[in-house]
Amino acid sequence: MIATALTTVVLAVLAIGAALAAWQSRRWLAGRPATVGVVAGLRALPGRYLVDVHHVVGRTPFNARFHALVAGGFLAALALLVAMGVAIGGSRLLWLLLAVVLAVMLAGALMVRHRRQVLRPRELSQGRFARLPLSLLTFSGCLLVVALDQALGGVMPEALALVLIAAAGVALADLVWGVWKGPLKHAVHGALHLAFHPRPARFHDGKGRDTGLKPLTLVPAEKTEPGGLGVERPVDFAWNRLLGFDACVQCGRCETACPAYAAGLPLNPKKLVQDLVAAMDEQASDAAYAGNPHPGRGVGTAHGGAGLPLIGPDAMIHPDTLWSCTTCRACVQECPMMIEHVDAVVDLRRFQTLELGATPGKAAVMLEELRATDNPGGRALARRWDWAADLSLRRLPAGGSCDTLLWVGDGAFDLRVQRSLRALVLLLRRAGVDFAVLGEEELDCGDVARRLGDEATFQSLATRNVATLNARRFARIVTADPHALHSLRNEYPAFGGSWTVVHHTALLLELITAGVLTVTKPVGRSVTFHDPCYLGRYNGEIEAPRALLDAIGVERREMLRSGLRSSCCGGGGGAPLTDVSGERRIPDVRMEHARETGASMVAVACPNCALMLEGVVGPRPEVAEIAELVLAATETTR
Amino acid sequence: MTEAVLSNVAVLLSIGRHPVSGRARRGATDAQALEMALALRPRRLTAIHAGPAADADALRAYLGMGLERLTVLVLPDGADPVEALIAHLRRLAPSLVLTGRQAEDGEGSGMLPYLIARGLDAAMVPDVVRVGPADASDATPGKAAIVQALPRGQRRALTVSGRLVATVHPSAPPARASAFGPARRGVIEPVAVPVTVEVTADLFLSECEHRPWRPKPKLMRVKRGGSALDRLRAATESKSGKGQLLVNPTAEAGALAIYDSLVEQGMLP
Repeated sequence: MIATALTTVVLAVLAIGAALAAWQSRRWLAGRPATVGVVAGLRALPGRYLVDVHHVVGRTPFNARFHALVAGGFLAALALLVAMGVAIGGSRLLWLLLAVVLAVMLAGALMVRHRRQVLRPRELSQGRFARLPLSLLTFSGCLLVVALDQALGGVMPEALALVLIAAAGVALADLVWGVWKGPLKHAVHGALHLAFHPRPARFHDGKGRDTGLKPLTLVPAEKTEPGGLGVERPVDFAWNRLLGFDACVQCGRCETACPAYAAGLPLNPKKLVQDLVAAMDEQASDAAYAGNPHPGRGVGTAHGGAGLPLIGPDAMIHPDTLWSCTTCRACVQECPMMIEHVDAVVDLRRFQTLELGATPGKAAVMLEELRATDNPGGRALARRWDWAADLSLRRLPAGGSCDTLLWVGDGAFDLRVQRSLRALVLLLRRAGVDFAVLGEEELDCGDVARRLGDEATFQSLATRNVATLNARRFARIVTADPHALHSLRNEYPAFGGSWTVVHHTALLLELITAGVLTVTKPVGRSVTFHDPCYLGRYNGEIEAPRALLDAIGVERREMLRSGLRSSCCGGGGGAPLTDVSGERRIPDVRMEHARETGASMVAVACPNCALMLEGVVGPRPEVAEIAELVLAATETTR
Repeated sequence: MTEAVLSNVAVLLSIGRHPVSGRARRGATDAQALEMALALRPRRLTAIHAGPAADADALRAYLGMGLERLTVLVLPDGADPVEALIAHLRRLAPSLVLTGRQAEDGEGSGMLPYLIARGLDAAMVPDVVRVGPADASDATPGKAAIVQALPRGQRRALTVSGRLVATVHPSAPPARASAFGPARRGVIEPVAVPVTVEVTADLFLSECEHRPWRPKPKLMRVKRGGSALDRLRAATESKSGKGQLLVNPTAEAGALAIYDSLVEQGMLP
């Protein structure tokens, strides 16, 4: 009797949950078509969960433990209950087993309760999520009593057992019907998202990292629908991207990692994803959202729908929110559901720029100059080399060859960056590297244009740069600009360019290790290294700069947020051009991190970081480009 | 009736040249003229370019601002566009013709709007920064209220009735960004010049040397000495009112005034 009642309740709730999930799938299946490997994805699912997701979740061990206990216990209990109902019936051994897994789940549920009601991290959402500990405790606790009782032979009055089962059933319903909107949605949609992820190469069964943006087809073929370029409405996203947003469990890790949020700019990545989730409904509003808002903007005023524009002063997402993003990928790095926030931001920006011309402020002016002159400042390309007038750099003509090609990037137009470029050139000379430059044929790499959504200008620049580079022979390209590095290494292959591209920190380390450069004057100062997002998170290179700093004898101190979890300087994604104002400036926040280490100097390895951090008012640690430090440390004594 | 003044607007658009790269682009003040026209939301807006059909792709930047179509009066290379434009505009009969103050390419004399205005028998207002329907309180209907830019940041309000040609000043509202999607989808309509119009080659232009456009150098008179306040005043003080206003002067009187002014500025001995 008890067993039958129990399995009936469980099976009924699960069946309704499955029906709800199927009904719910309408929302995300409404997106644009996407090609996915269904079988391969489903086969890779367990591995991706156990390796990739655990890698992210494990960064906060307490959360990893309670999740393992609750999810493991819950799934095992459901499996046992279904098995008891469908096939084997209730034996005392099975009841005992059920009691064990429920006890495991109860332990986890107590940890959940401790986190939500005692620790209370501020990034957690409330609303439906506030009931989570209660539901988990009721389900596991009530059933544990019933299971133990049954394992001991059933001494409890049947009426009491039925009451307990009913209570557990209500709790289970609250959890499972969360498939509709709530805590458990992430289990179903998260699993599907792992299987049908838009970037399968980012998992351990692929290359392990996949950060380059995908090219947009600018001139659609005849047969395709006449939709615009980029994403205007929720249904313009590919279905597996919508599925990804729907997997969001509102844990708020992205929120704590986001540099724009930390500086009080109107962007909270969690709210951004939840805006997208809410907008999948027909008559959508963000009123039900119970987390932190976009700073400076309230909750409840945004309205939208699956077929309505997403961006607008009164739409789901305010333009300021969209243009606050620095594309630093900190949110993507932290997301346990593997959501690709930056792809979504760029897709939305593509529509704004390519279809509406709504790129804000100085960004639109920059793009127009870029189209007319192939550099963002609208200057003559010959002037890129003004700083090297006395260095007589070798120009590599078409058909020529050299060992190393130096790509200087647009920083070469800036006085500050010219200092570090001169240092790099002197170092290459000192080490006897056979290098040359492109001269006037080097165009802007198109990085900023692409992050601002101007795919047309990016593709025009990329195609011409690829043709220029493919007409020359060289062993490798060296650049001091991680943004150029990322474009050349990860985004140009789609346009027919495939070369070895190295960052100057890797090259300098190689030269010092090989003994070509000798450290004569160790720096001997306390230095903290600020990882460029486009070198660290985008390319995984966090070791070489540190080894280089150690080699030149600095006392290296680490900021609380460093390496792959470093915090952005605010200079990426065209953010200095769109210039959305917040409570503070992003570089001020980052400089605060550097001050906390007590280091007397911040070493940077990116022209944007140098400019942003040097723009912070003093007193502050000195900012030095890593090549400048190496140059000083390897000075030959005469 | 006030609306009618601005309900039929034509914009003349040229192909610009970037001053540094020399690459074809939308002309800066032409784009501002189009911005002004789009902001008026006229019932009928005609955008016209006169020139060789082969150059038409450079015009797509204008389409990217939200124009659906753009008319190209097809002329042979090096032909003078004035007569063809006048003939075409006579047929369209717009109440307002907007254009940039000076082309960035070709002859670039800034004379075209004046010649067009003469050909259409219309008023000509240079250096406009704002155009709108005249105040409703104004007794006479069918007038346009115009704000004109004068040197040193001064502004002059004008009310103009009847047909009007206006050129746009660089300090007018900036042109909206050009978007790739609409630019690609917009339609460029080539229109042959009617046979009644005699297309003449621009003889003057064919003799000119071509160089990329540069901003016109400005003569700066730096006052030295005196206190900081004196120098600031000299640099910012308005000279208006101190000049000479000649209304319908005789040719001799006008020429003498110009000559005196040039001598005063040190441009003639």
